[in-house]
Amino acid sequence: MRRAYFKFSWIAAALLAPQLLIIFVFFYWPSAQALYWAFTLEQPWGGGNTWVGFDNFRKVLSDPYYWGSVRVSVIYALATTVLAMGMALTLAIFVDRQLAGYKAYRVAIIWPYAVAAPAVGLAFQFVFNPGAGIFSYINTIAPGWWDLSKYPWQAVTAIVVAGAWKQVAYSFVFFLAALQSIPRSLTEAAAMDGARPLRRMLDLQLPLLTPTFFFLLVINITDSFTDSFGIVDTLTGGGPFRATDLMVYKIYSDGFRGFDYSGAAAQSIILMLLVMALTFVQFRYVEKRVHYT
Amino acid sequence: MTHKLATAALVLAATAGSASAEKIKFEYWYGLTGDLGAVVAETCNRFNASQDQFEAVCVGQDGYEKAVQNTIAAFRASKHPTLLQSFDAGTADLMLSGEFYPVTQLMADTGVTVDWADYFPGIANYYSSKSGEFFSMPWNSSTPVYYFNKDHFAKAGITEAPVTWEGMEEAFKALKASGQACGLAYAPSSWIDLEQFSMAHNIPVASNNNGYDGLDTELLFNTTLHVKHMENIQRWINDGYAMLRTQAAGKTSRDSFVEGECSVFFSSIADHNTIHKLTPAFGWDVQIIPTYEGVERTNTVVGGASLWVLSGKTDDEYKAAASYLAFLATKPEQQFLLENSGYIPVTKSTYEALKAEGFYAKEPYINRDIAMKSLTWTDPTELTRGIRLGGMIQIRSEWTAEVEAALAGQKSMKEALDTAVSRGNEQLARFAQTYAGKSFP
Repeated sequence: MRRAYFKFSWIAAALLAPQLLIIFVFFYWPSAQALYWAFTLEQPWGGGNTWVGFDNFRKVLSDPYYWGSVRVSVIYALATTVLAMGMALTLAIFVDRQLAGYKAYRVAIIWPYAVAAPAVGLAFQFVFNPGAGIFSYINTIAPGWWDLSKYPWQAVTAIVVAGAWKQVAYSFVFFLAALQSIPRSLTEAAAMDGARPLRRMLDLQLPLLTPTFFFLLVINITDSFTDSFGIVDTLTGGGPFRATDLMVYKIYSDGFRGFDYSGAAAQSIILMLLVMALTFVQFRYVEKRVHYT
Repeated sequence: MTHKLATAALVLAATAGSASAEKIKFEYWYGLTGDLGAVVAETCNRFNASQDQFEAVCVGQDGYEKAVQNTIAAFRASKHPTLLQSFDAGTADLMLSGEFYPVTQLMADTGVTVDWADYFPGIANYYSSKSGEFFSMPWNSSTPVYYFNKDHFAKAGITEAPVTWEGMEEAFKALKASGQACGLAYAPSSWIDLEQFSMAHNIPVASNNNGYDGLDTELLFNTTLHVKHMENIQRWINDGYAMLRTQAAGKTSRDSFVEGECSVFFSSIADHNTIHKLTPAFGWDVQIIPTYEGVERTNTVVGGASLWVLSGKTDDEYKAAASYLAFLATKPEQQFLLENSGYIPVTKSTYEALKAEGFYAKEPYINRDIAMKSLTWTDPTELTRGIRLGGMIQIRSEWTAEVEAALAGQKSMKEALDTAVSRGNEQLARFAQTYAGKSFP
């Protein structure tokens, strides 16, 4: 294997410095601060803190409701990822087939990605509201059947659908780009050999998509762990009785609403470790099945 | 030439200097939103127009919670406002941090006279230290009441709005018998069902006289009449006298009441104005929150928010803030707030003057002073001064989540309240550990 060696150069260092500074200020510094707070009890208005070692972690990890929060976060992440990627792939394949009006369709489908999460939550409130939303029609047929304040599974379904809807667009762009980069000659050769669209998709396009697929899997799972706050906040507020209290939302409600900065910092560290572990697992085991050429 | 330039520069500097010296500015961050936020902004305009020495720069923060959160963040960066409108549940940390300027002290230091004895004791006690010094300035104050549909009550043959829970249950039954499907639109509220309920019954929410006497406090509400009350509410829901009406369930209790779906709902007196604006198609009125028979009723306490002066500002800014606070306390300004919201007067003299003018005898203010009756029912006792608990916001949300779980049939009400208490106690222990060696002033 060839390796490139670079001599130290002041110009290179100067060019790198702004970027490194930004990363330091916006990533390493806050992370270090959170790490420090996680081992202390921090007074919100300043005025000092007490070193408590692993107490914050012990408290969080011995709380059954915290494990409930971890559980629902994992369910949410897996469900939104599967749903979003499945939808995105289906849509991308249709667009790639260049059905009528596909150009307008291609632009329209990218839009949802530009919608902020709280706006998505609000929009879906109109869909899922048991009293006035689209789903309230179910209640006119079967009164009381759809009630987000009563049935945890319904609330979880609601945030999963809203979360997936928001992520479809992003995955769609990548899938479409990957599909379009598959040489036309390959598809045409397969067609000449008598493979119909479905067969070509299963045996040709999907295997060639695996690198994109893997990339999107990592991004989607990470995103659904860390970027679900806006949807939960507007759609369910963590309820009913903590059923949609995702880890990220719990960090917010303990830290910002409840002024428990240290407990929230400990939870952030745990969330960070969890996402890192999941990403590691994906690279270690899933990536083996990816063909890059 | 150079001489001319120098003169011009001097003149410029002088005018710039005098322009900035013209008015002393101070910042005020408030939590009220919507119509009420506009009322706050208007008080600032009125203050700025009333004199030419000071200028209040008022910034809305989109809710009480956010106002406190943002102020903490700003405080840690030394960019905080002089004045903060904060709700009671968010102030335990502020009290223990000592990063505020007690208003009694502020007024004395800046030479502004305020008649502190003129404040209603139920309000004064809530916002003062043990020694009677005001921490913060009472402003938008309320207390809970219940709203009832007069037409439904008349149809069911209920002549007087009940003031006991036993009477309330009779009323629910009469309403049901008269063909009214929903008696009570219920939304769990720890402020009404737990805190104010306990005040009116003179029973403790927590040990140490509700936290006033020390930080080693434990919650007690799973051992008091509160348990029976919550079990009753659950029974009323199960028996069809009451219905759960929350935002998540599709309709708030207030909307349900205004639409005429349910006959009764509990809320702050501050909603009085809002309901008027929503113009329900029926007659309605308000009544004090009920108590159980055989209990000597005591006063309820004040809700809403008060204005805190924060530390680390200049003397000039404090002078300006003191002037604004004194301005708000005047009768015309209290009346301005009352006319544009459902809040209540905070001083006896203003209340008496308004009553003498017949303010509470004309629409839309008729009977709104029922809140004053509730608030001044007795002088505050050791248990009805108020509540001083750290982590109050989390204790409230534990209570709400557990009660909702019980109402959805996930566990019994007693189990739910036991869990809320034990989890709340963890919060309190954590708070005590964070502020080890300190106590509420």
